Amino acid sequence: MTDVPLRLEDHRFFHEIGGDLLALLGPMAVERTYAIGEMLVRDGDPADRFVLVFEGKVALEIVLPDRPRVTIQTIGGGEVLGWSWLLPPHPWRLDARAVKRTRTLELPAPDLKAILETRPTDGYRFLLRLLPVVAERLENTRVQLMDIHGY
Amino acid sequence: MATDVASAHATAVPGGSPWVPHPFRVERRTTETVDTMTLVLAPRKGVRPISFRPGQFNMVYVFGVGEAAISIAGDPAHSETLTHTVRSAGKVSAALAQAAPGSTIGVRGPYGTGWPLDQAVGKDVVLVAGGLGLPPLRPALFEMLRHREKYGRIEVIYGARTPKDLVYYDQLQDWRSRKDLRFQTTVDSAGREWYGDVGLVTARVPDIRIDPAQTVAFLCGPEIMMKFTAQALEARGVTDSSIYVSLERNMKCAIGICGHCQLGPEFVCRDGPVFLYHDVRRYLAVREL
Amino acid sequence: MTDTVAIGSRYVLDRTAFPALIGALRSTGYRVVGPTVRDGAIVYGEIHEESDLPIGWTDRQEAGKYRLERRADAALFGYNVGPHSWKKYLFPAHERLWTAVRKDDSFEVHPDPIDPTPLAFLGVRACELAAMGIQDRVFGKAGDTSYPERRSHVLRIAVQCGQAGATCFCVSMGTGPGVRGGYDLSLTEILRPDRHCFVLEVGSEAGAAILRGLPLRPATDGDVGVATEIVAKTASSMGRTMDPKGLRDLLVGNPEHPRWEIVARRCLACTNCTMACPTCFCQTTEEVPDLTGEKVERWRRWDSCFNSAFSAVHGTSVRPSTQSRYRQWLTHKLGTWHDQFGESGCVGCGRCITWCPVGIDITEEVAAIRLPATVTVPAKGVA
Repeated sequence: MTDVPLRLEDHRFFHEIGGDLLALLGPMAVERTYAIGEMLVRDGDPADRFVLVFEGKVALEIVLPDRPRVTIQTIGGGEVLGWSWLLPPHPWRLDARAVKRTRTLELPAPDLKAILETRPTDGYRFLLRLLPVVAERLENTRVQLMDIHGY
Repeated sequence: MATDVASAHATAVPGGSPWVPHPFRVERRTTETVDTMTLVLAPRKGVRPISFRPGQFNMVYVFGVGEAAISIAGDPAHSETLTHTVRSAGKVSAALAQAAPGSTIGVRGPYGTGWPLDQAVGKDVVLVAGGLGLPPLRPALFEMLRHREKYGRIEVIYGARTPKDLVYYDQLQDWRSRKDLRFQTTVDSAGREWYGDVGLVTARVPDIRIDPAQTVAFLCGPEIMMKFTAQALEARGVTDSSIYVSLERNMKCAIGICGHCQLGPEFVCRDGPVFLYHDVRRYLAVREL
Repeated sequence: MTDTVAIGSRYVLDRTAFPALIGALRSTGYRVVGPTVRDGAIVYGEIHEESDLPIGWTDRQEAGKYRLERRADAALFGYNVGPHSWKKYLFPAHERLWTAVRKDDSFEVHPDPIDPTPLAFLGVRACELAAMGIQDRVFGKAGDTSYPERRSHVLRIAVQCGQAGATCFCVSMGTGPGVRGGYDLSLTEILRPDRHCFVLEVGSEAGAAILRGLPLRPATDGDVGVATEIVAKTASSMGRTMDPKGLRDLLVGNPEHPRWEIVARRCLACTNCTMACPTCFCQTTEEVPDLTGEKVERWRRWDSCFNSAFSAVHGTSVRPSTQSRYRQWLTHKLGTWHDQFGESGCVGCGRCITWCPVGIDITEEVAAIRLPATVTVPAKGVA
């Protein structure tokens, strides 16, 4: 089975973003495939790329020194891994492990930030798309605290 | 406003006091999780089996301890036995969870309104269960799969705290492998042994394949879960006149006389427990109603 | 007196013949219960003879106050309603529903039979007849069997009130003071310097049967006119009013009205109002095993939405605050009762006002809620 090449414009995050931003970002996007069990990122490592998940499932895990690791969310196609790469001091705050064969496009953080810095309008539009991801994750976490699956 | 959520008040032995429990023998007890058991009951001699509609409940009685309102979790087409899944929480449910095969449990019922399957005919159906919200939905799923051709797509989303809290574990595998429905399971947190989804049931809603204009949803679980799930469904275009919820309140009588189960004007035991979300959301929105 | 007595026919019974009425009831086999003085109040208890009645007594009621006083005359029914209502007989505060015994590896349930002794309620006020009708419908809709059976053994001898109490508002609620059906016999006491008698009206065949052999004369238009005038005078001297118009929508539509917080500061959640109220029906069940565990009894007893465990589900109370419980009680009584039973749950008897230890007055609360939410009226008695 051959995989269809991934394109930034096919991902929900960049859907109809307009302008020529994708023309600039396209060439720097690196396609990666992770087998089941493979780590995408590790807690504490420098967050050096913006990861867009196209297919598969990634478990986000919290690592605690005295307890077994706990998966607190899984994300799938159409979602993005996180935002640690954008905010200093930049280490990943979670482990991310593929629980299904996962395909991604990954943009190197320094290059992506450089482009967004010099193109404020695109930078603003980018943040407007990233913020809802952060907000939804925050709300989900709050709701998860409310134990809605418990009785 | 009123939809056809008809109710049935048949008791195992007609006439006489509505307070009398009838003896049923525990045929089987299965451990679902560390604190949840499934009991299969059969009527003792002289007691009529209780036929019920999906979504209804019984008042289940332990001699010397008391009664609790428990949803009927079995297949309505096989009402020669009654299935109840019980989580050990209070003194009655703790006693039920320990009931040994061969012992006797009292039952009176069935009570309440059921899931309006007639409203779902010809439509896509979404069932969303949170925690112990799956048992009350299970009879509806049995019924729909028995008459599969009557319904469009069937999407089930079941959320629990951890993989160890999933009930009907073996049956989940059966349901997940069927081609005529999509059964998604998600948990709040898991260890490495879990390769499924982790997250809220609401996170599954954007991906279900339904025609929102021709969809009916049945939700069951903690009220807060139903509220957020309804919100996610409404974001997909499913209106609150197509969403049904199963509510729970303190019940002593199940016949609308003890007064405990009232939510605004509704007696949850008699006007519910299944309600059209459109009709009850205004009451659920008031603090401490 | 002829043997066949038409329903609706009216007679006059002289005061001196009143013992004969009680006698006729008892000899027919009725256990007579009615008003009697006990513990400083007029309550309902056994009436063996006329002297058990509160002859020459009256009550002075106000919000949070109840006192008995001697009258200047010897009226038999010269007072209003006390802390008891007839629900104590129809829906006893403690009632055993059934007994069960272990048998082999199963159990057998034996429902308690209802005492078939016929009861005569002597002195039922119009508001109480209305309350009984309301409870008839509540228990009937639920399919309860004890209440209807007890009701079927009851003969009701109504009394039209000769005076209104300070907390009475039956006129506002459309339930009195004139009786409107539902009685077997109705009495209106006429006490003048020149005569003391009762105008009787026959309400049913059972009521007519009691009158057989009693020294009665047919009531004249004059007699009926005096009785009507007495009732009219009572109606015009009600202690309180409460406009019932739009009350259902008002209460159901104002769950966040600031008044709820104000009344909650005073309410003790003592449940007096729900115990005294003739229409309150909330109840709970209890499992009472014996020491051996071989035998068990199921009881029901009065409960109150003011109790903290009342709304507890999964170990947490849905209504943890007094405020939400008060709101539940009043909104149910005056509001959602309409949704459930097609009528108001309140008959205007005033008991909840009289017997509230802090004197909360539902007529005052309702008036305050009618005001726009921006206008706050401090409750009486709050510093």
